[in-house]
Amino acid sequence: MHEINSNEFISKEKVSTETFSAEINSENKPYKPLIVAFCCNWCSYAGADLAGNNRLSYPADVKIIRVPCSCRVNPMFILRAFQRGADGVILCGCHPGDCHYTSGNYYTRRRMALLFSMLDYLGIERERTRVEWVSAAEGAKFAATMNDFAEKVAALGENKRLEDLRCKN
Amino acid sequence: MQELTRDALLARAAELLENGTVDRVLGWKRGEFAYDVTPAVFKSADEMKESFVWGDFCGANFSKYLIAETKKSENKVLAFLKPCDTYSFNQLLTEHRFDREKVYAIGIPCDGMVDIAKIREKADGIASVDTNGDKLIVHTLFDGDVTLDRAEMLAERCTVCKSKKHVAYDELLGEEGDVVDSARFDEVAKIEAMTPDERFAFWQGELSRCIRCNACRDVCPACTCEKCVFNNPNSGVENKSPANSFEEQMFHIIRAFHVAGRCTDCGECSRVCPQHIPLHLLNRKFIKDIDSFYGEYQAGAEVGSRAPHINYTEGDIEPSDAVKRGDENA
Repeated sequence: MHEINSNEFISKEKVSTETFSAEINSENKPYKPLIVAFCCNWCSYAGADLAGNNRLSYPADVKIIRVPCSCRVNPMFILRAFQRGADGVILCGCHPGDCHYTSGNYYTRRRMALLFSMLDYLGIERERTRVEWVSAAEGAKFAATMNDFAEKVAALGENKRLEDLRCKN
Repeated sequence: MQELTRDALLARAAELLENGTVDRVLGWKRGEFAYDVTPAVFKSADEMKESFVWGDFCGANFSKYLIAETKKSENKVLAFLKPCDTYSFNQLLTEHRFDREKVYAIGIPCDGMVDIAKIREKADGIASVDTNGDKLIVHTLFDGDVTLDRAEMLAERCTVCKSKKHVAYDELLGEEGDVVDSARFDEVAKIEAMTPDERFAFWQGELSRCIRCNACRDVCPACTCEKCVFNNPNSGVENKSPANSFEEQMFHIIRAFHVAGRCTDCGECSRVCPQHIPLHLLNRKFIKDIDSFYGEYQAGAEVGSRAPHINYTEGDIEPSDAVKRGDENA
């Protein structure tokens, strides 16, 4: 019992020192946006792999979440990512017509067109969301897209409108 | 003033109850106040004679009630449907939500419903409201009678009524109307014309008033999942205050998204909102977008039509182009 308590104490202390050092760093380092990229397993995730194999660089703050198909992405996922502190969310899938499941990305396209339009209607910056079609052969496009998107989101600054404070550490 | 009288509806319902076509009637009943009208099920003509009402405050859409009501008995239920209710009726049939055979639908014309909130702005201590032609006579407790223009007191959804035509019924009482060329997207366009900061401030102001009563979900004829996450008593959503405004925004975006393409724009969500949040403007934005991106589509106009969300064409608009429209507000 005592051991568990002391472990907890140590880990808490560790976290607080880390946050403290992060605070110091945040004053010196330039702001880097946190970007969530939903990538479909068959095209875009392979495209990201190819970008890595070709040693093409894209920002390390792009966190890739692999999904079986771009249409797996529920609008809720995107809002949830924002709520939990993402500054930008990008959704990558196969080019329309090339979907592994024949028609998944056609549905994605309709859904996201409506969702993004709605977010825009609610006054959320439209540069924070994007859909990009990246095939497995387009490693260069993947890296270029991520670089461009990260740059645009960085220009907007931190996401304040969609975040939920309870979800942030 | 409504074209049909209460007596006309009563007489027809009594006939149908008498000859056994139906064994119960879905109708409106007086609530705590005369203007506070609530839906009710009547079992007999006598019961109806006692408490059935029909007038300018009978806004409730009965389509959703049919889901539960048709499951209760093998006999038919009589439902009075206003033109906008018939769209919801069709939409629910499209989704196979109730048995058409168990409903006897009577289409009744509607001359628009009055919004009590608008009258409250003009008069205090309202005891009752009478309609006389295009005037409303408000009997108040302290100031005597106040006469108001009925057209000005109409609910917002009725001032931009989209249709006076019944798209589904077994029997029609009164005159059939026509689809109206309404200006219902004007409000949406007004918000779209704002800058993003103004839009954000507008919605923040509106949605932060939300008290999470779920009335909008409960009343919505498109929101009919048998198991909803908000019904889970262990989810903890109803017993905490929001940490910040986006929680409300998230709820309302997702709520509107869930019914996008199926929302018939009946406006019930805004009618029942105790905080007077213009929720229909979220739904209408989706309808406007669907119309402009994928062609005009009116949910519920016909049974069995395929909603835009479960359909696609190869040349659909790209999401990046969808938000580029009207880029002057970027």
